[in-house]
Amino acid sequence: MTKRERRRLFTGLGFVSPWIIGLTLFTAYPVLASLYYSFCDYSILKTPVWCGLANYRELAGDGLFWLSLRNTLFYAGLSVPLGAVVALSLALLLNADVRGKPFFRVVFYLPSIVPVVAASMLWIWIFNGQVGLLNWLLAPLLAPFGLSPPSWLVDPTWAKPALILMSLWGTGNAMVIYLAGLQNVPKELYEAAEIDGASGWRRFWHVTLPQLAPVIYFNVVMSLISALQIFTQAIVMSAAASGGTGTETDGFPARSTLFYTMHLFATAFYDLRMGYASAMAYVLFLIIAGLTWFATRLSRDRMRNVQ
Amino acid sequence: MARSSQIVPASRVPRPKISPRPPGSSWRIAAWLLGAAMAPGCGGCSRGAHPDDGKIHVVYWEKWSGPEARSLRMVVDAFNRSQNRIVVDCLTVSPIDRKTLVSTAGGDPPDIAGLWAYNIASFADADALTPLDGFMREDGTTPEEWQSRYYPVYRRMMRHAGHVYAAVSTPAMITLHWNKTLFREAGLDPDRPPRTVQELDEYARKLTKRDPKTGDIVQMGFLPQEPGWWPWVFCRWFGGQLFDGKHITLATDPRNIAAMKWVASYTKEYGRDAVTKFASGFAGQFASPQAGFFTGKVAMVFQGVWYNAYIREYKPGLDYGVAPAWPSAVPGIDDFAMAEADVLVIPRGAKHARAAWEFINYISSSNPKAQTREELRGMEVLCYLQEKNSPLQVWSPFFANHHPHPHIDVFRRLSASPHAVYAPDIGIWTEYQRETLAAFAQVRLLLATPEQALGEAQRRLEESWERHRRSLERHGQIAPDESAAPAS
Repeated sequence: MTKRERRRLFTGLGFVSPWIIGLTLFTAYPVLASLYYSFCDYSILKTPVWCGLANYRELAGDGLFWLSLRNTLFYAGLSVPLGAVVALSLALLLNADVRGKPFFRVVFYLPSIVPVVAASMLWIWIFNGQVGLLNWLLAPLLAPFGLSPPSWLVDPTWAKPALILMSLWGTGNAMVIYLAGLQNVPKELYEAAEIDGASGWRRFWHVTLPQLAPVIYFNVVMSLISALQIFTQAIVMSAAASGGTGTETDGFPARSTLFYTMHLFATAFYDLRMGYASAMAYVLFLIIAGLTWFATRLSRDRMRNVQ
Repeated sequence: MARSSQIVPASRVPRPKISPRPPGSSWRIAAWLLGAAMAPGCGGCSRGAHPDDGKIHVVYWEKWSGPEARSLRMVVDAFNRSQNRIVVDCLTVSPIDRKTLVSTAGGDPPDIAGLWAYNIASFADADALTPLDGFMREDGTTPEEWQSRYYPVYRRMMRHAGHVYAAVSTPAMITLHWNKTLFREAGLDPDRPPRTVQELDEYARKLTKRDPKTGDIVQMGFLPQEPGWWPWVFCRWFGGQLFDGKHITLATDPRNIAAMKWVASYTKEYGRDAVTKFASGFAGQFASPQAGFFTGKVAMVFQGVWYNAYIREYKPGLDYGVAPAWPSAVPGIDDFAMAEADVLVIPRGAKHARAAWEFINYISSSNPKAQTREELRGMEVLCYLQEKNSPLQVWSPFFANHHPHPHIDVFRRLSASPHAVYAPDIGIWTEYQRETLAAFAQVRLLLATPEQALGEAQRRLEESWERHRRSLERHGQIAPDESAAPAS
């Protein structure tokens, strides 16, 4: 390397140094440090003491770890497909040639820019068992069958479904991406299908859906990652419904909303068990990586045929 | 179709004229960027940048906003005026416990942090706090002498593992509040609160109303989950212990099981779905006009000394009473009460620990002879402005006779009660609290029997306690057989 080349190299490195240093200090170092801490008895203020696989072994026998994982998978298992169906349906409707299309697009996108805490406060009132908007709508519908609407956030059976329902509120982002995907589907494919006599449903099933496969894959993977890390709305709503018990992370009512990240957060910042919490974080990382890999495998063949 | 004349080879595109840069300028820009990237690492360096007034600036983080914060700031101002060496800079920080912890770990903690009393044991075990004993000895007194000014319940609250770690800043006592109007409507004596648990249940029955058409509950005399913050105290109220100093006794003490059976009896009597539906209308609305007690939906509730201010804010004019103690649950104990407090601590590594102690000492003091508002000092100024009971045993004439809380005498008497309890002094309390909350919800919703719910919690807590002790031993903080705390 000549002197000039070396100088150019250092100049280049100097220009990218903010990002290199930022990545090293604030991402790579914490990630690697937490991997080390996951093998330690560590409570932030004391020197980490190496304890081998003790934290991981304890995880296997920790009932709350499994409960929080079950709750999280239940939430993700329902909210991700439901969210995808709702977002795609809205995108299809908003892609149709109707009057006031831009207005409706804005209306359906708007909720996704509302901050999560503000949206949670709003939904606490919507889910109110006595004066809530949702039960006001449901009560007359259920009355003929002798049923009454649930108490949502204070009923362990309905607290998780309430959060799943609320997750649909933020489908605006996915909807916009589906909309962009729909507009990229080649018109000639629809024309060819129409000439062949395909009905609207068959055009959707055989043209739209396969062409949207990469977009669906992207949205599903992103919402899966996000659903497995559900935290803010769960902690805000469960704390509010419980009356603010001070710990905020007991998964009120009766641990029905104890999600993985809430348990992790409580372990780290309330119980000060950073080593154990680091082990939990790595297990979550492996779960997310595994599910993403699985989704990629499933969709690989479908995406290969998309133009 | 693009015309061929539009396509021009890149090499022939005329480039805009750029004035030549001086040699080495891009290197300098790169070096500047590198310096900018390094700058955040020095963020802490500027923290001590105070006006050069020759005074010690004590950084005080407090969780409160609103009236409590205003009261604290007035006391801080009074301290700053009282001498000319130290200036306390008060800053509202939330969430105070986590930020204090992280800043202490980062070596840049505040000099004083306003935590909750239940943080003391876990923070002390995590080596996050400075014991105050040394400062007391430097001042020529012993921790016992210094603490003797406090009521015993607050004295115990400030200690952990043989050291004083904190001083009370915002004390509270909790007892039964009742709605006199609803008592009158139910044909009960509005000036006589229930004196025993049996009377509480009986009054609750008389005060409960249902909609004649739907059968839905529209008013309840008492709801164990309202406000639902301290389910563990029901166990103590029934005479049970949560921790005997060495072992978790949540499920092994039969009195705790009895307390949870009493909780479940409400759900059984009024119906799980009916109670859940009724309570869902005001769940979590304790600090709003929709709170069950303020709307007249719940006639009796356990609340603290702060409740008078809440009533004035959210339901002015409410005709209510404050019971002289919790209804008796154990024969012979008729002055049971619960204490709570916020506390001031000096995090480990605080830069101005001695000056911080001087402020803590000031706020813990009082003028026992004060005859006017202006003569009040330290703790009494704070408690007067916050409308709370003083944790100090001696009250000045002005504080006792002109206190803004109309029922302050009740809280004063309860502070002195030998049966006043507080959260157990145990390093795993946050976990313990979550376990009791979950067990309470399971029992209340009839998802598990008291034996099952408490048994499950006990099993997990025993493991946690064992692990916690192992960790303390591993870090050389206790000897293997050392007892950790008094029974509670």
